[in-house]
Amino acid sequence: MCKVNIYITLKEAVLDPQGKAISDSLKDLKYEGVGDVRVGKYLQMEMEQTDNMEEQIEEMCKRLLANPVIEDYTYTIEEVV
Amino acid sequence: MKFAVIVFPGSNCDEDMYHAASEVLGEEADMVWFEEADLKKYDGVLLPGGFSYGDYLRSGAIASVSGVIEQVKEAIKDGKPVLGVCNGFQVLLEMGELPGAMLRNKNLTFMCHEEELIVKNNGTMFTAFYDEKETISLPIAHGEGNYYCDNQTLEELKRNNQIAFTYKNNPNGSTADIAGITNKEGNVLGMMPHPERAVEKLLGNDDGLRIFESILKHWRETHAVGN
Repeated sequence: MCKVNIYITLKEAVLDPQGKAISDSLKDLKYEGVGDVRVGKYLQMEMEQTDNMEEQIEEMCKRLLANPVIEDYTYTIEEVV
Repeated sequence: MKFAVIVFPGSNCDEDMYHAASEVLGEEADMVWFEEADLKKYDGVLLPGGFSYGDYLRSGAIASVSGVIEQVKEAIKDGKPVLGVCNGFQVLLEMGELPGAMLRNKNLTFMCHEEELIVKNNGTMFTAFYDEKETISLPIAHGEGNYYCDNQTLEELKRNNQIAFTYKNNPNGSTADIAGITNKEGNVLGMMPHPERAVEKLLGNDDGLRIFESILKHWRETHAVGN
């Protein structure tokens, strides 16, 4: 069994008003060094290990998990004993 | 004319959509549970507003891959009119039948009030009863109605006359003030404002009724005896 970690973020070109509000709030708390904040999603998925696993994850991301019009995705695969 | 109103788990404007098509427009309509739909029997498909699947993952995302969607695609391919309002618009975007995507409203709040719209294209089967550049007023009720598309897509929308409605005073940050767009073929309209909530003068506003009347007019013209 594997654990797949999927990270979905808004594309660079897409404005993220939520991230902006968080960044402003952190600055209000006097964390002066804080720059842009982008809010995304983190999915943990259990998956049985197969030969075409990566291909399947790519497909899942494109078809459902991320919207390629506004979002980018990355993922890592961990083996779980 | 016979309409199907597709009901997803979490749809909540389905009754209003049904009421507009059946009671007010006076045509046949059924509310069809998404798992039991047989769309071949219908002349038009209405995708209602609400929060299908609780807006999980992204608004409209899970509904857009549910079982009924292949049939909706078939109806679109057959040239049947398909109207998606609010969550219905989000479903059409997630299906890829309309270009672009929805983001959270610019001010991050859910908004529920009337907005003035400008009819940008009255040459569609959904807007024939409006005048070009006419200002109308329709209720909006959404948290994710900030329409986004890249420049290339926007140019294409403009070139093909796919922008049906724009906001007069953009409430949510939508690209190019877009409130509603059609597909290239012109038989799919997605819009965030709710025409089905504005179909009776007695209740204050009937600016939305002409969308339903336009669909019916088009259907009658294309299904006249001899055609």
